[in-house]
Amino acid sequence: MTAVPASHFQHRHLLGIEGLSPSEITLLLDHAEACVEQNRRVDKKQSLLRGLTQINLFFEDSTRTRTSFELAGKRLGADVINMSVSTSAVKKGETLIDTAMTLNAMRPDVLVVRHGASGAVQLLAQKVDCAVINAGDGAHEHPTQALLDALTIRRRLGRLGGLVVAICGDILHSRVARSNICLLNAMGAQVRLIAPPTLIPSFVERLGVEVHHDMRRGLKDADIVMMLRLQLERMQGAFVPSTREYFHFYGLDYDKLSVAKPDALIMHPGPMNRGIEIDSEVADDIHRSVIREQVEMGVAVRMAVLEILTGRLRNDRGSE
Amino acid sequence: MNGTRQAIVGARLLDPASGLDAVGTLLIEDGRIADFGPRLFADGVPSGIEVHDAAGLALAPGLIDMHAFLGEPGREHKETLVTAGEAAAAGGVTTIVATPNTDPVIDDVALVEFVQRRADETCPVRVRQMAALTRGLKGQEMTEIGLLRAAGAVAFTDGDRAVAEARLMRRALAYASTFDAILVQVPEEPSLARDGVMNEGEMSMRLGLSGIPAMAETIMVERDLRLVELTGGRLHFSHVSTATAVAALGAARARGLRVSAGAAPHSFALNETAIGEYRTYCKVSPPLRAEADRLALVAGIADGTIDVISSGHRPQDQESKRLPFAQASFGIIGLQTMLPLALELHHNGSVPLLRLLACMTSRPAGLLGLEAGRLLVGRPADLVLIDLDRPWIISEREFRSKTKNSPFDGRPVQGRVMRTLVGGQIAYDRKRDG
Repeated sequence: MTAVPASHFQHRHLLGIEGLSPSEITLLLDHAEACVEQNRRVDKKQSLLRGLTQINLFFEDSTRTRTSFELAGKRLGADVINMSVSTSAVKKGETLIDTAMTLNAMRPDVLVVRHGASGAVQLLAQKVDCAVINAGDGAHEHPTQALLDALTIRRRLGRLGGLVVAICGDILHSRVARSNICLLNAMGAQVRLIAPPTLIPSFVERLGVEVHHDMRRGLKDADIVMMLRLQLERMQGAFVPSTREYFHFYGLDYDKLSVAKPDALIMHPGPMNRGIEIDSEVADDIHRSVIREQVEMGVAVRMAVLEILTGRLRNDRGSE
Repeated sequence: MNGTRQAIVGARLLDPASGLDAVGTLLIEDGRIADFGPRLFADGVPSGIEVHDAAGLALAPGLIDMHAFLGEPGREHKETLVTAGEAAAAGGVTTIVATPNTDPVIDDVALVEFVQRRADETCPVRVRQMAALTRGLKGQEMTEIGLLRAAGAVAFTDGDRAVAEARLMRRALAYASTFDAILVQVPEEPSLARDGVMNEGEMSMRLGLSGIPAMAETIMVERDLRLVELTGGRLHFSHVSTATAVAALGAARARGLRVSAGAAPHSFALNETAIGEYRTYCKVSPPLRAEADRLALVAGIADGTIDVISSGHRPQDQESKRLPFAQASFGIIGLQTMLPLALELHHNGSVPLLRLLACMTSRPAGLLGLEAGRLLVGRPADLVLIDLDRPWIISEREFRSKTKNSPFDGRPVQGRVMRTLVGGQIAYDRKRDG
């Protein structure tokens, strides 16, 4: 069914999009495609991961990403355990590495990790024997989000190459933006970033993206408009003067959207701040908004990642 | 070794201050340099003098490390005067200038005297203390600069952090000039550097880490240069790391200002790419910069814009470094690796040998008014014997510091300390070291 065999995936962990080849990205997306079909059946459960243990280790709260990983693991037959660390060990002074070693001793097969510090997931991956999936580290990467965004786009428009994708919002603090830039660049899309200068990281143009501060210019003829969440505490004078001013210049409404391609798709990684970065009507536009579809693709993409990484695991251990 | 006389024979005598570079003999008597030169004992060493053959080795004044954190008092789990002294001796350093950012902060006469006494009792090399410039390093009130200077403080600094308030800095410079006291500033504008953990650039952007912009350093350097111009005070920038700061210093020199600056070996031996994938041993302050900055530092050392090479020795235990990059502590140990890393600039032809050694001997001695850093008859015999060309590999196992936070483990270098003398006594001997 897939053009590229799974054995071509060269990594033990999924720590980021950076470092993945276009064929590895395609491989993951192709696998995810099959999972979408499976998830739409009445009987969703498979037994590919039976006997394997997956621990979701979240140092930052995130209901939706955790739930998505949990469903993905369960649908493949894995035993899934959720650990929310912000409320337990860390407060007792246990370090990240201690936590990693403790969990490692319980012999999980997959660790899904979210942490507030860039590089934390990588650090943890060095200390454990199992496959590690980055579910978001600081302002660094969130690879499964970029993959699910890519899958959503590919299913709607049939391709990624040659598309104009405008990413709009708090790029500076966004791991979603970094992973998406990496992935879209690798697959030949053209990426534009739109934000006030205070929310654009210095030197970002080195990633091969166009930077715009004027939303209308940035959105012109875009195929995809990807909105990012803006944390409310960053809107009170430190990075932008007010939510009102931000929405006026950078909130997505029909007026600004009119310069994009007529059938341009609207995406958002959630959770949305309606009326701040995106107008409610636009977000709910059934013809253009694919925000709910993204959530569905999320489960499929995470299943594909689990499948491919654990496939490698079984091969490495010679048990298959 | 009171009463003993020893001759170091056949060494290449290097004295950066006078420009001496010749094979000869140096005579030590009662712990002091009694005589030296190419013709000394040319017809043989008289009997009664202990002879040390140093053929093939260079003999230079012991090094002065103008900026090191020594752990005492209060951070003895990271470093002590004993361990720092042993590391220094193994690195050819005979005088360490200690930063005052200990716990308690060295901001009082009694504390200067306390550390001095502890060091004299326990440390195998000499220690000179810098005192805090503001009480508790809080950046609000001046310390007793005159009294502290009289008690032996050689300079005044707030250690790791800059004095942020321009008005206070102006007054401190003006006031200190009465005593001809030198202030040492860490040039980093705190509000621009806040939350930053590495150099701001493509690398920090890719890693998703907050950056410390080069401008944070340059702005502080330029501000302080104007304040020096205004007050006539004496100012030394502990470590500069950026091309723009070097350029600003060069321009100030041309205007005749009494300012000087140092650079740390890691700043000219590495650039930001050494961080790779979140290597916390490369988390240092000032941060490792871009390659263009590194090259500007090398050029600055070569042309004299940068006066001093100092280690910026900052020991950190494993627990402070085995963390996600943003949460790990800043710091690198450097007493023991300062010389071989600096010698890279000699071996690769960037900086003449004597000029390089001057940055670690006569120049810091001149700035701080120390009786050290030169080959002079009558001076204490603080000396280092170096096998300049010997290749070796820096190994963590040889580190004498209490902590091992150095990214240089495994780095091939050239030039090895063979023996270190403090007051004529052996503080380090490579042969005994095995």
